[in-house]
Amino acid sequence: MIQAIAFYFFATIVVASAVMVIMAKNPVHSVLWLIMTFFNAAGLMVLVGAEFIAMLLVIVYVGAVAVLFLFVVMMLDIDFAEMRAGFSRNAPLGLVIAAILLAELLLAVGAYNAGGIQLGSADGSAMQAADTSNIEAIGALLYGRYIVLFEIAGIILLVAMIGAIVLTFQPPKPGARARQDVGKQVRRRPEDATVMKNPEIGQGVEL
Amino acid sequence: MIGIEHYLTVGAILFVLGVLGIFLNRKNVIVILMAVELILLAVNINLVAFSAFMQDLVGQIFAMLVLTVAAAEAAIGLAILVIYFRGRGSIAVDDINRMKG
Repeated sequence: MIQAIAFYFFATIVVASAVMVIMAKNPVHSVLWLIMTFFNAAGLMVLVGAEFIAMLLVIVYVGAVAVLFLFVVMMLDIDFAEMRAGFSRNAPLGLVIAAILLAELLLAVGAYNAGGIQLGSADGSAMQAADTSNIEAIGALLYGRYIVLFEIAGIILLVAMIGAIVLTFQPPKPGARARQDVGKQVRRRPEDATVMKNPEIGQGVEL
Repeated sequence: MIGIEHYLTVGAILFVLGVLGIFLNRKNVIVILMAVELILLAVNINLVAFSAFMQDLVGQIFAMLVLTVAAAEAAIGLAILVIYFRGRGSIAVDDINRMKG
């Protein structure tokens, strides 16, 4: 009973906040609703015992991706009212396509539920043993059978990071501001920089 | 009793909302990127649901890889957006076809 209540609670919030993501007038609100969506999707995943993916979702999405979105939205100074211009023009076509897609997907879910098509079933080689936690089992798989995939995922992230840096890096403009020359600073001696004067009383110092 | 079909339905609705978001916010690239994130989240929900109900952890490994790609895609997409905005002062998608080279 409590599972059903929790499921419907999380599912309702996921769907409602996903609607708000695409309908919100202000993209900052969209990002905040996106965070809400991911949080509740993580809740849905906890319900079926996939704690690791749920925590990953919260950390990666809420902690990194959503904050990145927030930064970019706030950094770009854009008139968002103008952005909404095509909203009502595209709405009918979008709604038609969305309705068709949803009908098709639900048909597929219903067909799957009826059990008409025999797909292969799990061979049990990647089953979670009864006495291990989800994270333990995933770790054993990830660092064992799927170590190559894990490494590839790391390389994908590295390439994405380098790509983002290369794309947004601005070389300093020549003459914009003098660059720091550490060697020149170190070579400078006190006798180059200071001078001793002993002026007469009532006279200024001539430099 | 909550079965796999409930999860698949949530995933389907989320996917459709993502597609609809792309249609509705044709001009705003940021919201389009967020809609793509919604679609990938729907995929993840489906993968995790199948993984849990079939008792096969490979689905969760796969969901993790989808998450990796989604994060990389968001970073690159937003970086492209930033340099586009720097050069043009707007992020109107309609102008992007004028980009040369």
